[in-house]
Amino acid sequence: MTYTTAQIWVIIILMGVGSFLVRFSFLGLIGDKELPAWILRVLRYTPVAVLPALVAPLVMWPTATDGTPDPARLLAAVATFSAGYLSKNVFVAIFCGATTLYTMLYLFG
Amino acid sequence: MSVSTPKTAYLRGLRHGAPFLVILLPFSMLFGVVAIEANLTIAQAMGFSLLVIAGAAQFAAVQLMTENAPMLVIVATALAVNMRMAMYSASLTPHIGKAPLGARAAISYFLVDQGYALSIMEYEKHPNETTANKVAYYFGTISLMCPLWYVFTLVGALIGARIPEEFALDFAVPIAFLAMTAPMLRTRAHITAAVTAVVLAILFAWVPYNGGLLIASISAMCVDACVETRTEQPS
Repeated sequence: MTYTTAQIWVIIILMGVGSFLVRFSFLGLIGDKELPAWILRVLRYTPVAVLPALVAPLVMWPTATDGTPDPARLLAAVATFSAGYLSKNVFVAIFCGATTLYTMLYLFG
Repeated sequence: MSVSTPKTAYLRGLRHGAPFLVILLPFSMLFGVVAIEANLTIAQAMGFSLLVIAGAAQFAAVQLMTENAPMLVIVATALAVNMRMAMYSASLTPHIGKAPLGARAAISYFLVDQGYALSIMEYEKHPNETTANKVAYYFGTISLMCPLWYVFTLVGALIGARIPEEFALDFAVPIAFLAMTAPMLRTRAHITAAVTAVVLAILFAWVPYNGGLLIASISAMCVDACVETRTEQPS
């Protein structure tokens, strides 16, 4: 990490203020107004667009293996995703992913 | 049916919120660990949990910081992940929009996924409750979650550096993100969006300053909106 201490705090504070404003938007600033359906859709589903984009390169090129694709981590990712998708449960997904990762690392690591 | 007072509404919220600690506390602790692993100080890890209080956005920011992403990309990504909270804010407003400004500001600060999900269900089940009771219920739901979110970030930050490499903590963040995202994929539009995001993020991984992330997530959002609009239209 190459940020100065001041830069790190700027990031934290901007994120804090920004997140508060997002949360306060309707409760405090805009109030009770009817919104177009497409705006609600975009607001609701940004994580579904952002998180997969963030995670894909981390799964493909893990930092721990210096960016070389790693079967243990790939399989753990597949297990986490499948368990989460089928069970709709965050906890089950994490458990399956971690178990797969440790088993694979133990067997082949 | 017994008549609710703010006190009973608060206690009901408290009771309904408690089970979520099972998921929340390990997450919070993991954040503390990951933050320290990324060379943040304990104070900075706590700064995140106290000022931002949003797991996904915090993890996203720390991950991007380890990649030395530009500050603007970090803040924009974190806020994009948090945009769903504007939707929460909008949907709570008909119920608690008449509460005093201080209460609305406090609820905004404490607006988290689980508190929102519980409260909106409760409000829709009992729409005629007083505003005071609805506000009290909200505070009940987050009264354990939020303070313990801070405490367990601190616990994670304190033990962070002592976790041996064999635990492969480098992969904790990808697993956490996958676990959070997979259950959200309930419609065809979401699945298409997520697949778009993954494919484009890999294709554009070479773009400097994490440009690939922006290209992939913005395209995915457009695809999501586009597919959903089309599937909604009567055939």
